Amino acid sequence: MTGVRQISVFASNRPGKIAAITGVLAEAGINIMGMNIASSGDFGVIKFLVNDLEKADRALREKGFTISLNEVLAIEMEDVPGGLHRIADLLYRKNINVEYSYGLPMKPHRNAILIIEVEDVEQAKLLLKNEPLRFLSEPEIQKERG
Amino acid sequence: MFWQKEIETLSRDKLSALQLERLGRTLARVYERVPFYRKAMDGNGFRPEDLRGLKDITALPFTTREDLRAGYPDGLLAVERTEAVRLHTSSGTTGKPKAIFFSRRDLDQAAELLARCLVMTGTGPGDVLQNMMTYGLFTGALMMHYAAEKVGILVIPSGPGNTERQLDLMRDFGTTVLHITPSYLLYLADYLARAGLDPARDLKLKRAYVGAEPYSEETRRKIESLYGIDIYNSYGLSEMNGPGVAFECAGKQGMHLWEDNFLMEVVDPETGRPRAEGEAGELILTTLNREAMPIIRYRTRDITSVISEPCACGRTHRRITRIAGRADDMFIVRGVNIFPQQVERVLMAVSGVAQNYQIILDSYDQMTVRVEIQREVFDGHVEHLIRLKNLIIDRLRSEIVVRPEVELVEPGSLPTFEGKGKRVIDRRTM
Ligand SMILES: [Zn+2]
Repeated sequence: MTGVRQISVFASNRPGKIAAITGVLAEAGINIMGMNIASSGDFGVIKFLVNDLEKADRALREKGFTISLNEVLAIEMEDVPGGLHRIADLLYRKNINVEYSYGLPMKPHRNAILIIEVEDVEQAKLLLKNEPLRFLSEPEIQKERG
Repeated sequence: MFWQKEIETLSRDKLSALQLERLGRTLARVYERVPFYRKAMDGNGFRPEDLRGLKDITALPFTTREDLRAGYPDGLLAVERTEAVRLHTSSGTTGKPKAIFFSRRDLDQAAELLARCLVMTGTGPGDVLQNMMTYGLFTGALMMHYAAEKVGILVIPSGPGNTERQLDLMRDFGTTVLHITPSYLLYLADYLARAGLDPARDLKLKRAYVGAEPYSEETRRKIESLYGIDIYNSYGLSEMNGPGVAFECAGKQGMHLWEDNFLMEVVDPETGRPRAEGEAGELILTTLNREAMPIIRYRTRDITSVISEPCACGRTHRRITRIAGRADDMFIVRGVNIFPQQVERVLMAVSGVAQNYQIILDSYDQMTVRVEIQREVFDGHVEHLIRLKNLIIDRLRSEIVVRPEVELVEPGSLPTFEGKGKRVIDRRTM
């Protein structure tokens, strides 16, 4: 399974902060495929899945943002009742602690992509190696995304 | 070990009598020779011959930093300029510097006091002192240089910088004692580690005199264990000779202030009224044994308290506690006196945060500390940031008693200050 990386941006909770970040990405011609905000009162971490990670990294760094790239798991989730539960239950049984997760739709009438952030990606990958899950790579996400 | 055992262990009665005698001489001298002090005494209806006891000094006004600046370049000189043999200046962040003159006898006295400190902390003939402070207008390096020579220590006047050469000198001449800033000492430890050297094995260091920059107790312990050496806290200011005004003995429990040369008072920094014995307040110093430029009731702006209990080392000169902060910076939250330096010390000991911070006071019972995170520690995990924030809150609460709010902010987002900037934003209506 090839790694999927997301870009995380540190943001103090000030009005206009998210717009400032998305503005930089838009200007650089970057396509945001997915986004999630982990907030803790006075500050937060905004996570993006983008079509061109290196370019986004460069653009945000140039503007002085505090960023970090980290690997996440991208798993195909069946668009049926219990689809999420099947994955969540598996992760629970494997003792993998999910820090954050968010979903991305796939092309119409298809399944969804579940983005999962865990403390130790390598270990999670190892534990899930033989499970009947479909992990998506960065190019696959771009292709499959709805 | 004593340098001047008799005077260092003089009975309190005799010490007080000596202080009174010297204070009388000093007041008479400045009344006669320094218009600034004559005017101050006349204005308070005080004549030097009115002096009966040490407490009478409270009838005189304070000398402030502004007074010294106003007297620049030589308005407070009590001798002819031709009798002065050394000039030091101390630069403020703004405005004119303060110029301090020394006669030959003053320099000798300053060296005697610092010689007491050296011998008190175990340094003596046979030791090799590498003086890594800046030689120049700043008092530190030169005063130490003369004191060490007086004691009979081999002095290497290396000055700061050029770490490779410093290391060569240390190894080639078997340096046992350093005079150095804490930041350079920490840098040096890092440098040694990268060079694969173990100071305890590869160097002969026994102790270091650390000055010119404030450092925390934690930093002291860290340096002591990194090098396997002793660090002694000291207190000095260029207006009062520079280093060696007060120094820790081997007991490391407060700094003996040389009371035969300085008269100390501790006052409320707001009102100027004396504090009860042992209470913290602003240290006020009067020179008792200076010719060229005596200074009466100088407001050091440094906050400390006096330890009157006798010390196990046998010295009778009372000790002062480590400087808690600068009087100008003090603020009060929930009735607790707090100094930005305390916050700074805590932050310095937490890895992952930058040195830049801001304190916001919105009410009398709540303070908010804004702290910049370091770019390198950001790994995208919000949990790690929350852990960092809680660690800072816990450490601050144990240092300043009050539990502050802590806001983590982006690196570079807080205003930076040149030198001692104003980091406290007080929004309360006073
Ligand atoms: Zn002692």
